[in-house]
Amino acid sequence: MSVPVTTAPVPFEPGPRYLSGNEAAADAAVAAGCDFYAGYPITPSSEIMERIAARFAELGRVFVQMEDEIASIGAVIGAVWAGAKGMTATSGPGFSLMMEALGYAAFTETPLVIVDVQRAGPCTGQATRPGAGDVQQARWGSHGDYPVIALSPWSVQEMFDLTVRAFELAERYRVPVILLAEEAVGHLRERVDVPAEVAVAGRDRDPSGPPFGTDEPQGVPPMPCFGDGADLLVTGSTHDPWGWRRTEDPEVHERLVTRLHRKVWDRRPEICRTEGYLLDDARFALVAYGFTARSALAAVRRLRAEGVPVGLLRLQTLWPFPAEEVAALARRVAWIGVPEMNLGQVQGEVRKEARCPVDGLHQVNGEVIDPRRIAAWVKEAVQWPGI
Amino acid sequence: MARDLSHWLREGLGATPFCPGCGHGILLGAVCRALDLAGVERERLLVVSGIGCAAWIPSPHLRADTLHTLHGRALAFATGAKLYRPDRVTLVVSGDGDLASIGGNHLIHAARRDLDVTVVCANNSIYGMTGGQVAATTPRGARTATTPAGNPHRPFDLCRLVAAAGASYVARYAVVQPDRVARAVARGIATPGFAFVEVVSPCPTQYGRRNDEADPARALAALRERLIGREEAEALPAGERAGRIVVGEFVA
Repeated sequence: MSVPVTTAPVPFEPGPRYLSGNEAAADAAVAAGCDFYAGYPITPSSEIMERIAARFAELGRVFVQMEDEIASIGAVIGAVWAGAKGMTATSGPGFSLMMEALGYAAFTETPLVIVDVQRAGPCTGQATRPGAGDVQQARWGSHGDYPVIALSPWSVQEMFDLTVRAFELAERYRVPVILLAEEAVGHLRERVDVPAEVAVAGRDRDPSGPPFGTDEPQGVPPMPCFGDGADLLVTGSTHDPWGWRRTEDPEVHERLVTRLHRKVWDRRPEICRTEGYLLDDARFALVAYGFTARSALAAVRRLRAEGVPVGLLRLQTLWPFPAEEVAALARRVAWIGVPEMNLGQVQGEVRKEARCPVDGLHQVNGEVIDPRRIAAWVKEAVQWPGI
Repeated sequence: MARDLSHWLREGLGATPFCPGCGHGILLGAVCRALDLAGVERERLLVVSGIGCAAWIPSPHLRADTLHTLHGRALAFATGAKLYRPDRVTLVVSGDGDLASIGGNHLIHAARRDLDVTVVCANNSIYGMTGGQVAATTPRGARTATTPAGNPHRPFDLCRLVAAAGASYVARYAVVQPDRVARAVARGIATPGFAFVEVVSPCPTQYGRRNDEADPARALAALRERLIGREEAEALPAGERAGRIVVGEFVA
C-alpha cells in the first residue's frame, strides 16, 4: 500500500513564533490535518488539549474532553475508523491507563498519535517535573508483541516537526505513533519557525481488498473506514485478513503478529533518524535523546575544549530502536555513555547493539541533567587524561 | 408469519456461537427486526460492541460496519465514531458486565452527554464467557462461581441508573418478549439522544445450572414468570415487587 502524501497550507499564520513545546505540538497537529481530539486533563500536557480545543473551535473540527484516558484513546480509535485523523495527549498516569487501547490500536492497525509529555514517575510521582521513565513503557506497556513508533523531540521546533511527522508515519504504516516528549521540552519556550505548508499523508480507503492482511510478510493493507461500503469487521481479537475472528488458529495468529512486527521493524531505514555531532574523529561517544541530548551536546563541546575526543549520537527515533546506527558507532569508538532521566532504559538498548563498553548516567530526581555533571562523568569514565 | 431477516446477516456465517438455551440468538433476531422497523439503511449503520457473549451478537453476525472493541469500552469508541460522523446510525450492543461494570463510567457519561446512540444491553445476570462469576446485575442470594454461598450484594437497576444520568429513552424488556424488544430498540433508534434498552436474557449454562434453571425451557418459563409491567409494579407494595423484573418504558 502507498498512501498519498501531499502538502497542505497551515491553517494559521506561518512564520517565527515564540511557543512552548506543548503549544507547538498542538499547532503541528492542526497543521497536519488532525480533525479529532479526545483527551483528559493531566499535568504537564494539558496545554496541548487547551490549544487544540481553541483551534478546533475556530476550524469546526471535533474536540471532546472524555471521562478518563482510556475513554480518550478509545474515542480516538472510534473516530479514526470513522475517517478522522486523531490524536490524544497525556502524561505518565494517563499513558498507563491507555495501555490496553494502545495494544488495540496496534493490533487493529489504527493510525493515531499519542503525545506523552513525560513527568518524573513512577505513579503520581512529580507531576510538574521532567522524566524519561516511559521509554520502555511506550514499547512494551501493553501486553503481547505489538509494533509502535516513538519519536523523541529535543526542542520546541521538533515538538512541531515531529508531531507533523508522527501523523505521516501513522498513516503510512497504520500504526500508533507516540511523541515521547519530556516536561522539560513541553514547557520550554523558544523560537519556532512555523512553515507555510506541511506534508500531509492521506489514507488508502480502497474497500475492495482485505483491510487486515497482505500477501507480503511486512505489508500494510488499505484502510477503508465506516461508511465506505466495506462492511468492516474490526476486532481486537486475532483476525484473518477480512477481520473474521480466528482465535484458535495458530497459523493466522502467528502470521498476523509477525506481519505487524515486521511492517515496522523491517522499515527501520525509512523510520529511524539520528544526528551525529563531532563524531568524525571521536574516540568516545555519548548516545542521548530528548532534552538530555541538549545537555549532552553542551557537555561534548565543553569536553572538546578540554581536548577530549568525544562526540554525540542523538536519537530522534526511539522505537523502532536505531540498532544499525548504534552498532556502527560502537565499531568506531572505544566507549559509549548514555545519560538519561531514568535508570537506564535506553542504555540497555545500546548495550544490545554495541560491542564496546557502555555506561549509563542515571538521574531520576526530577531535574534535567546538568552538562557539567555529564562532562565530569565522561572524564572519569574514560579516565581522561590518562589513556 | 416468519420474517426474512437474512439481509441483516453477514455472508459466510457458520453456526451460532451461543450455548443451547441462551437468549442472545433471540435478541439478535429482535435487533434485526428493530433495524427494519426503524427503516435503517445498512450503509448508514455502525454497530459497536465490547467483550463478552453479548458482544458477539453484532460481531460478526450483522452485515454492516462493526467495531468489536475492548472489554468495557464500547461506548468510549462509539463516542468518537458518532461525534466524528453524526450521520451514522450508531448502535451499541453489549452485555451487562461490559457496559455496566467495567464500562460503567462510560455508560454514565454517554448518558450524561445525551450522545445520539442506542445501547442494547443484554443482561444475563452473570459473566457468561468467563465461566459464571458474579456480576453487578446478579440477584442477591444467587449462586455463582464466585459466590458459592449466594451473592451478598444488591444488583444494579440499570434503567434507573441511566435515567438518572440523563438518557432520553430508557426501556427494559426480556427476550421472551421479542416483539416489544424490537419495538423498543426501533424507538430508541428513532429517539434523538441517548437511548438505552435493557434486554433480560437467560443464561442456562452459567447462571441456570447453579440456580435451578439449567433447563432452557425452564429458564425461559422462570423468566416469564418474573416479569411485571411498570404500571402493575407501581401499584404493588414494595415487598411484593421483590424478585420481579419490571418491564416497560421508563423514559420515553
